Amino acid sequence: MSAPAGSPQRAASARMQPRLGGAAASGAAAGPGPAPRQQNGPAQNQMQIPSGYGVYPQNYSAPSGHCFQGPGKMTSLPLDDQCGDYYSGLYAVPTQNVVTPKTTNQQAGAQQIYGRAPPAPHNVGSTPEYFQGAASSASHLYTSASQPYSSLVNHYSGPAMYSANSSAVSQGFPSTCGHYAVSTVSNAVYPSVSYPSLPAGEPYGQQMFTSQNASTVRPVRDNSFSSQNTALSHPSPLPPPPSQQYHQQQSLSGYSTPSWSASGPPSTQDNLVRNHTGSLTPANNNPTNTGMQYGEYVNNQASSAPTPLSSTSDDEEEEEEDEEAGIDSSSTTSSASPLPNSYDALEGGGYPDMLSSSASSPAPDPAPEPDPTPAPVPTAPQPSKVAKPFGYGYPTLQPGYQNTAAPLHPGGQPCSPAYSGFQQYTQQYPGMNQLSSSLGGLSLQSSIQPESLRPVNLTQERNILPVTPILAPIPNLNLDLKKLNCSPDSFRCTLTNIPQTQALLTKAKLPLGLLLHPFRDLTQLPVITSNTIVRCRSCRTYINPFVSFIDQRRWKCNLCYRVNDVPEEFMYNPLTRSYGEPHKRPEVQNSTVEFIASSDYMLRPPQPAVYLFVLDVSHNAVEAGYLTILCQSLLENLDKLPGDSRTRIGFVTFDSTIHFYNLQEGLSQPQMLIVSDIDDVFLPTPDSLLVNLHESKELIKDLLNALPNMFTNTRETHSALGPALQAAFKLMSPTGGRVSVFQTQLPSLGAGLLQSREDPNQRSSTKVVQHLGPATDFYKKLALDCSGQQTAVDLFLLSSQYSDLSSLACMSKYSAGCIYYYPSFHSTHNPSQAEKLQKELKRYLTRKIGFEAVMRIRCTKGLSMHTFHGNFFVRSTDLLSLANINPDAGFAVQLSIEESLTDTSLVCFQTALLYTSSKGERRIRVHTLCLPVVSSLADVYAGVDVQAAICLLANMAVDRSISTSLSDARDALVNAVVDSLSAYSSTVSNLQHSVLIAPSSLKLFPLYVLALLKQKAFRTGTSTRLDDRVYAMCQIKCQPLVHLMKMIHPNLYRIDRLIDEGAIHVNDRVVPQPPLQKLSAEKLTREGAFLMDCGCVFYIWVGKSCDNNFIEDVLGCPNFASIPQKMTHLPELDTLSSERTRSFITWLRDCRPLSPVLHVVKDESPAKTEFFQHLIEDRTEAAFSYYEFLLHIQQQICK
Amino acid sequence: MEAVVFVFSLLDCCALIFLSVYFIITLSDLECDYINARSCCSKLNKWIIPELIGHTLVTLLMLVSLHWFIFLLNLPVATWNIYRFIMVPSGNMGVFDPTEIHNRGQLKSHMKEAMIKLGFHLLCFFMYLYSMILALIND
Repeated sequence: MSAPAGSPQRAASARMQPRLGGAAASGAAAGPGPAPRQQNGPAQNQMQIPSGYGVYPQNYSAPSGHCFQGPGKMTSLPLDDQCGDYYSGLYAVPTQNVVTPKTTNQQAGAQQIYGRAPPAPHNVGSTPEYFQGAASSASHLYTSASQPYSSLVNHYSGPAMYSANSSAVSQGFPSTCGHYAVSTVSNAVYPSVSYPSLPAGEPYGQQMFTSQNASTVRPVRDNSFSSQNTALSHPSPLPPPPSQQYHQQQSLSGYSTPSWSASGPPSTQDNLVRNHTGSLTPANNNPTNTGMQYGEYVNNQASSAPTPLSSTSDDEEEEEEDEEAGIDSSSTTSSASPLPNSYDALEGGGYPDMLSSSASSPAPDPAPEPDPTPAPVPTAPQPSKVAKPFGYGYPTLQPGYQNTAAPLHPGGQPCSPAYSGFQQYTQQYPGMNQLSSSLGGLSLQSSIQPESLRPVNLTQERNILPVTPILAPIPNLNLDLKKLNCSPDSFRCTLTNIPQTQALLTKAKLPLGLLLHPFRDLTQLPVITSNTIVRCRSCRTYINPFVSFIDQRRWKCNLCYRVNDVPEEFMYNPLTRSYGEPHKRPEVQNSTVEFIASSDYMLRPPQPAVYLFVLDVSHNAVEAGYLTILCQSLLENLDKLPGDSRTRIGFVTFDSTIHFYNLQEGLSQPQMLIVSDIDDVFLPTPDSLLVNLHESKELIKDLLNALPNMFTNTRETHSALGPALQAAFKLMSPTGGRVSVFQTQLPSLGAGLLQSREDPNQRSSTKVVQHLGPATDFYKKLALDCSGQQTAVDLFLLSSQYSDLSSLACMSKYSAGCIYYYPSFHSTHNPSQAEKLQKELKRYLTRKIGFEAVMRIRCTKGLSMHTFHGNFFVRSTDLLSLANINPDAGFAVQLSIEESLTDTSLVCFQTALLYTSSKGERRIRVHTLCLPVVSSLADVYAGVDVQAAICLLANMAVDRSISTSLSDARDALVNAVVDSLSAYSSTVSNLQHSVLIAPSSLKLFPLYVLALLKQKAFRTGTSTRLDDRVYAMCQIKCQPLVHLMKMIHPNLYRIDRLIDEGAIHVNDRVVPQPPLQKLSAEKLTREGAFLMDCGCVFYIWVGKSCDNNFIEDVLGCPNFASIPQKMTHLPELDTLSSERTRSFITWLRDCRPLSPVLHVVKDESPAKTEFFQHLIEDRTEAAFSYYEFLLHIQQQICK
Repeated sequence: MEAVVFVFSLLDCCALIFLSVYFIITLSDLECDYINARSCCSKLNKWIIPELIGHTLVTLLMLVSLHWFIFLLNLPVATWNIYRFIMVPSGNMGVFDPTEIHNRGQLKSHMKEAMIKLGFHLLCFFMYLYSMILALIND
């Protein structure tokens, strides 16, 4: 190993001993830990964080203990401010589900309801939860409420209801009234359901109504009683429901919709409502309340406790409801008794929106946009589901089915800021606050569980995919910590609530790990220059926002709990120019900081930026014509290459021999030196092959201009890649840097030669996929040598036939390089690939780069990392050696819990990336993530970050398919779903085991796993070239989460009627935000045009009878028939819709490491199979549809 | 003759014990970060074949000399050694691969394996010693 490599290791080893000692010390410290914290509080005002710690556990314990008795009350008391947000959103949901009676009853009821439903058509957002909550609350409210209401109640059972509702409306209860009525109705309909607590509701109900009234109810809805009500809300006509059940659903949907409309009014109303309702109020809107978080937490516990739903009785609900605190408890109670039945009924309520939308689907799915209702957000959700599929997919769906998908939003929204799960919703319904708030209020009374725990009946839920992009869940921390916590873009954990023990983790059957994007391009990054970088003396953790200051002179490490001294220099705050406020230093105020490191962090002087290009110039390469594009890009970006005055550059070309280029300053023209001894490569003139970019710029330009034409007549078909790489290694080893290898075929000469291993007949085999692993260890060894010399090898593979990427990729995998693959590249025959190469080269050449980097990941004592994913070499247990780091590299780490975390309430993770910038500065970028520790299984499920989990699983599956077999990996993926869902359903004991239930935090889990199974990397049965498959695996390993998710589960948008409503503004451009569509052909209508964003490729699918306006204005063609077969650009037309479409696509393209190619796919064109492959919810010859997959899982669980 | 067989086995077993200890020391060095994965693996991979040969030899010797019990005792370990050697994927640098040794708890499992082998060889050592003395006395 080189000197640089060696020294860090030494440092590491030096650390180890203290660390061992430190553990003991920390352990000792841990005992007294709590005491000092408390002391801190009084001693210094600053102590916010520590105080938070102290408080935290207390809150937890208190609520948990109380749960059974009267969780609501208990929690509410301490929580007050805190609770509000959380409760309102989350809790509402669960209760609703619980309440409903048996399905049969429900149906009847539903139908009746249905009639009423019309008023609510629009509310996409109104989730079943809402309904349930609303219903229960409503029932209570109404009964207790003034007489008119009671009359309504009476009506429920019969057709009379309509009249009642209408009357109510007229009275001035707008949509909200409708909601209540509806909900109540539903309840009424089901006599079986017990509403014991009617009287309790009064105060709440009244207040709520008033507030709602204020918000403005819409009379229109009242009019629309029939199923067609939905139609009202949605411009598109509803298709006739296939069965009664459907009707019910629709009706239900109708219900939900009204709620939304109600929500429409300002947030203040919501607040009011909440206040009335109870404890909730204060917390809701105020993001600032620190207390909130605790409250949330408590709630979770409470919810967890209630999960066994059945235990609590209805009576309890009543009582609870009366009391403010009751809300929580009520939720539990409601959930308890009639779970399955009630669930269905309630859900049905939520569903209606969906249905209506679906019904409308054929024509105006996007209807939400046009919706008359105020908030653009709510509109979005509506369009999502189409009715058609029922026939095949969900024949037996009962109303309950509906509730799962959309319903989440309503309850959750208000809370959303606090709770991760909600965020999505909140976004969707920005304007909807009112509704949501009102909903929240309702829900509060009834529900206890957090939104993310709401059980979702997967097989019954058609609209599982939210309409807005899914955001990372926010860890359930107190507000101060939450504000300080690391951005989920850089740092995510699969479980935002860390289980206390390994046993608990095992029980949850979920993967625990971190997903990192440490060198992401950041717009705002505090850079700290200071003589002493404050670190823990035993574990070397960098000081971060989550440490606690014991007093002004000492701080306690949050990873190993050692107490350290605060250095004198740290007492001075350069930002405020004040002394004695160490807690206000930028290091302690930001969880992502960058330090300028001193010479202590260098093993040698910082290296210059060195770039070497190794180019294949065999006949095959010249034929493909990539040289022209590369040289052109290099010429254009020569001045933008990151670097300083020391930057060096060099070129090596190879076919069956190796050519070096002497570019020494002073030569009149570049000198080509040919080495034909490929068995023992040597450097002809070691000093003048890598030259200073600025001194030899003219020569370099000459060379770049000449290169494309130098080999035009070559007849050499062999490729001596191995020897060329050895030469490159020799050239780079004194300095380190970046080697960019361009290869167009299978290496056929010298060391590292490869044979073709692919059997084309096996491409669509469903059995064994062989040769996923490398054929030789040559490239791996070379990569490790390079890594030792701080050299990264980036591979550009531009080949038209099999090139054994699995072997070649090793050179990049272990040297921290990156891999680009352009199948069937040809500069003229395949212009889209050529353009892609050009754009990606531009990004590649000009993006930030860090040299001689190492990354160390630390975590709180008790946790340990055991497997790493990404491109790097693991040099010691927690140290990743990265010869280069680039902003597009993502990493994943698997964690295990080695010691119980019972004595701590928070765990932290810290990644420190030490690198040399292209300007020759040594820098350290530090990210710190803080997460709460939980002790109950329900809380673990509540905190699942399903996207992170799926990305981690994908990484694990890649490892598995290489080390054992692809089918094994596929089985493991399916088992991951089966295990986690069955583990969950065993915690929710009173649910029927015949239904497939997931907590709403995991509701997308099966969908994503199915998407993974249909991903190029893991699919079987569909013809997949081996290199394509291997490349997809490489991508999974090294793409950051955001990009990887698009690869796994593409986003589908309808773009033929983009509107500015809900648009965001980016750089003075208006970017429309169309709702996401689920990936199913049922969403595609012939009248529409759809954009699918697959991460590295965009498809625009144009329906056969697509609006001519769109075709003219956006595609620039007179009609459908004249759209060319191969269209890869949108013309820049001066029309509004063209502008919108282009700005939307440009916005999607921004900041992608891989420039996506755009394909316009006509319906009927042969290219459409490509597009349809990505519709992962549909069945293919070789794979399940989503619904079939769910049934398969259910079957596995029941075994 | 029997005595010669056991004397040889004893010596061979001693060598294997030393080898196991060497494995354990090297792996724990890696665990403590005293050496890097690359050098650790190249050190250990060198000794995989000698270990395999050494152990297979004793096993075969026991078979030839018709010591069934000892042969059967050795057989699983010898089989495991051979299996492990054969099953190394083509892209790996040997039984110990520096790029994977820190992954999936491989280091720990290697460590465990070395420990078990050490225990096994110690057991064998005393068995051979006893058998040798018995054989010498009988002679």
